[in-house]
Amino acid sequence: MAAADTSTFSRLVRLAPALTVLLLVAPVVAGLAGAAAPAFGWLPVLGGEQLSLAPWVSLARTPGIAEMLLLSFTTGLISTALALAIVVLFLGAFADSAAFVWLKRLLSPLLAVPHAAAAIGLAFLLAPSGLAMRLVSPALSGHTTPPDYLFPGDPFGLALIAGLVVKEVPFLLLMSLSALPQCQADDRRHLALSLGYSPVTAFLKAVLPSLYPLIRLPVYAVIAFASSNVDVAMILGPSTPPTLAVSVVRWLGDPDLSMRFMASAAALTQLGITLLALACWWCLEQAIRWCATPRLTDGRRNSGQRLGSLLGGGLTWLSVTLLGASLLGLTLWSLAAFWPFPSAWPTPLTLANWGRALPGLLPATLDTLWLALAATVLATILVIGCLESEALNHRSMGAGATLVLYLPLLVPPVAFLYGLVQLQAQLSVAPGFMVVVLGHCLFVLPYVFLSLAESYRRLDPRWTQVAAGLGHGPAAAFVRVRLPLLLAPIATASAVGIAVSVGQYLPTLLLGAGRLTTLTTEAVSLASGGDRRLTAVYALAQLLLPALGFALAIGLPRVLHRQRRALLT
Amino acid sequence: MTTPFSCRHPLAARGVTGLPGAAFALGAVAVLGLGMPAWAQDGASPLNQPWQEVEQQARGQTVYFNAWGGDPNVNGYLDWVAGELERRHDIDLVHVKLDDTAAAVSRVLAEKSAGNVDEGAIDLIWINGENFAAMKDNALLLGPFAQRLPNFALTSPDANPEMTTDFTVPTEGFESPWGKAQLTFYYDSERVEAPPTSMAALLDWTKQHPGRFTYPLVPDFHGSTFLKQALIALVDDPAMLARPVGEADAEAAMAPLWDYLDALHPHLWRQGRDFPASGPALRSLMGDGELSLAFAFNPAEPAAAVNNYQLPPSIRSYVLDGGTIGNVHFVTIPFNASHQAGAMVTANFLLSPEAQARKQRLDVWGDPSVLDLARLDEAERQALTPMDDQPARLAPQALQQTQPEPHPSWMEAVEAAWLERYGSR
Repeated sequence: MAAADTSTFSRLVRLAPALTVLLLVAPVVAGLAGAAAPAFGWLPVLGGEQLSLAPWVSLARTPGIAEMLLLSFTTGLISTALALAIVVLFLGAFADSAAFVWLKRLLSPLLAVPHAAAAIGLAFLLAPSGLAMRLVSPALSGHTTPPDYLFPGDPFGLALIAGLVVKEVPFLLLMSLSALPQCQADDRRHLALSLGYSPVTAFLKAVLPSLYPLIRLPVYAVIAFASSNVDVAMILGPSTPPTLAVSVVRWLGDPDLSMRFMASAAALTQLGITLLALACWWCLEQAIRWCATPRLTDGRRNSGQRLGSLLGGGLTWLSVTLLGASLLGLTLWSLAAFWPFPSAWPTPLTLANWGRALPGLLPATLDTLWLALAATVLATILVIGCLESEALNHRSMGAGATLVLYLPLLVPPVAFLYGLVQLQAQLSVAPGFMVVVLGHCLFVLPYVFLSLAESYRRLDPRWTQVAAGLGHGPAAAFVRVRLPLLLAPIATASAVGIAVSVGQYLPTLLLGAGRLTTLTTEAVSLASGGDRRLTAVYALAQLLLPALGFALAIGLPRVLHRQRRALLT
Repeated sequence: MTTPFSCRHPLAARGVTGLPGAAFALGAVAVLGLGMPAWAQDGASPLNQPWQEVEQQARGQTVYFNAWGGDPNVNGYLDWVAGELERRHDIDLVHVKLDDTAAAVSRVLAEKSAGNVDEGAIDLIWINGENFAAMKDNALLLGPFAQRLPNFALTSPDANPEMTTDFTVPTEGFESPWGKAQLTFYYDSERVEAPPTSMAALLDWTKQHPGRFTYPLVPDFHGSTFLKQALIALVDDPAMLARPVGEADAEAAMAPLWDYLDALHPHLWRQGRDFPASGPALRSLMGDGELSLAFAFNPAEPAAAVNNYQLPPSIRSYVLDGGTIGNVHFVTIPFNASHQAGAMVTANFLLSPEAQARKQRLDVWGDPSVLDLARLDEAERQALTPMDDQPARLAPQALQQTQPEPHPSWMEAVEAAWLERYGSR
């Protein structure tokens, strides 16, 4: 009985990687083929019947193309570097402090804020007619009408970088928190402290070198997202010219269908820019390692302590405050009647906006919930299967395999999703729930993997060996030993998966032919109508589901493991 | 055993070498799909049936209406339409809310590329202008169907050429009129006493009120419409705009427009270094008090926005001396719609006096009717005469002063040249 059980389990587990590859590679490659063919002039339905480089020539001649490329590249790298620096300095300066505990509590609501909602909130906070200016007007600033300064939308993309950083800090923090126990951070830090190192220095010299490899993939995902995202750039980025990704979306949506050729070439270029940004980051990593290695052992106990803790604390709280104030602004807008400048508090407050939205809100919430649960459960099972198969085979996946997993995160969605719709039409797959679930999985699965992989791999193999020594097969060892030990990271990974699924716009719209109405599709189509009050209502509703998911992810292990406190750290 | 994730995995390899194969497949399918449209040989097509038969076929169908979903008023109106269609015709109307009509065009295009000729996911699209021209040029539409709709005659298409021309492109029955739009300026009467009533006056006004006016980023539809309005005012011979741009010396014709914009931009919001993304974004800036003067393309939009708190009650609407650009918006049916009869019955209901009257109500949507009042009976005429007195609403007689849209090729030429000159600074 035990033997049969074992072989079924092993066979199922060995199936998981193949299934995962199929699920991730097939759509992206087919979608990219759909983009690559028109990029080289091939799209018979629009009269493109021979291969040519004309789309690339017209792309190169597009006014402002150099600025677009530079903007995508720099905002992607700078925002990631800033976010990472903030997280590292904060962890170094405040580990174990009261501030640390507080931020941990704030983390789940902060993570749950959808990117577009954060961007809308931030734009309202910092714009000349925004909440910040209203608070000082007219008393301090003297303005009775909004001043005319260019922010957000500044040509250097500073507002865009700020918007990306406030969303990336919570994500990287979450990733670091789940990785810290895996590299014995506390032991390392305590040892360094006992040797007289100041806290930030202790963290930088003793913990970071072993922490960074664990959060490297999440950092890469952040770079890819930051250099190719559309919604944040559309709201906070400059418009003359915008980033390349925004232009790709505009060109793909241009009524002049012959623009599709150039748009496809631009989509492939976007892929190139993202890869270039990743390559640059890799070079930076090498350079820093080369410069820093001698310093790690130079014995100095106080390098950068004062500055580090000041910056780490200050910038972390600044980004948390910005995000919090953005949410407060959204909440006020959802309750506002006409709210003119310079009043900083809307009067009268009204529930009319919520009342207008309510009839549509409930069905959209249910659709969103089922989609997110289905996609997350499927993705989590496959990810656990892949990782378990690694464990059974005693070897971890190579660089090529890692690339496969992150393919959907590295390739800009606009590039392959239209090609994917083509494939869907070709195979006569009716648009609907299952197709959209699979489409969501493309983006959910890599993030679940990202969140879970390191914890899973770092799990001490001796636990399994002990279980085997006690006569348990791999299935029993998995169910009774590994799964409970990994409950907290699995719950966190699922919560990340739910948040990712809830935020999906293009896959839901394109693969479902718009027939599935989710909170995000409603929010985006309402946002296109410019009604900030209704948009705020939907953005807040959009935030509730993932926030619930994160609360469960943190609460559930606490309840189940209340007798095993060491498992919670 | 090889690792399942190795990049030499058979699936990955097939995917990569499959690239030219996929492109070839696309081509082959498209060639096959380009044959005779299904309806041409098909006697059962609703295009060849008596209307009662069409209504019979439509019973029990689910009609997927792809329409911009950015305006809660429009969404609410379509909810009402869905209820009526269910009750009267047993049709289940599903409003597929888009943020951009281009998404629908892309889908039909993808389906055609894939050789899907009769199982399309879209049954009806809200459309006009460039999107219509593109779909018609690429044979993505079903038709002609408009003449088959009993209510189409109520628009008096023979007397009203705008019911059968869309941005100067003849519709030839491939789309059915739904509502009207006209470029309408509006201002905050608490801040502005005398708004500019011509393009020349607008330039002077912005000099006196720097940073209080702007237009949406081209090629957004609202931004492009503003440019066309300026072009009509500035060009030597407006008649040339009705012809395709190739027949005229476009450079010379557009030169006064660029001189005008060069003079205007330094006095715009953010000195013309940034532009709002869309017409609705322009309205938000009015609501925030950043602007004192703006424009919309639905003449009822400012008044409706006052009603739902987006604009101050001091807003007033007007059109320029000599009128402004106006056009009609339509609904169309893709060539491969799965529920053609249902789509035609829906289009016909949208043209009914009852549906048009409700649409025109300010508390519903405020979109002007396309019906010819002379064709209606007294009660229907009454219902179509606006009763509400919202001061922000455009006076009905202002709608008489409509200037025709230029040929779509002008829009493309102006947009391309604008992006060249101002798209990156």
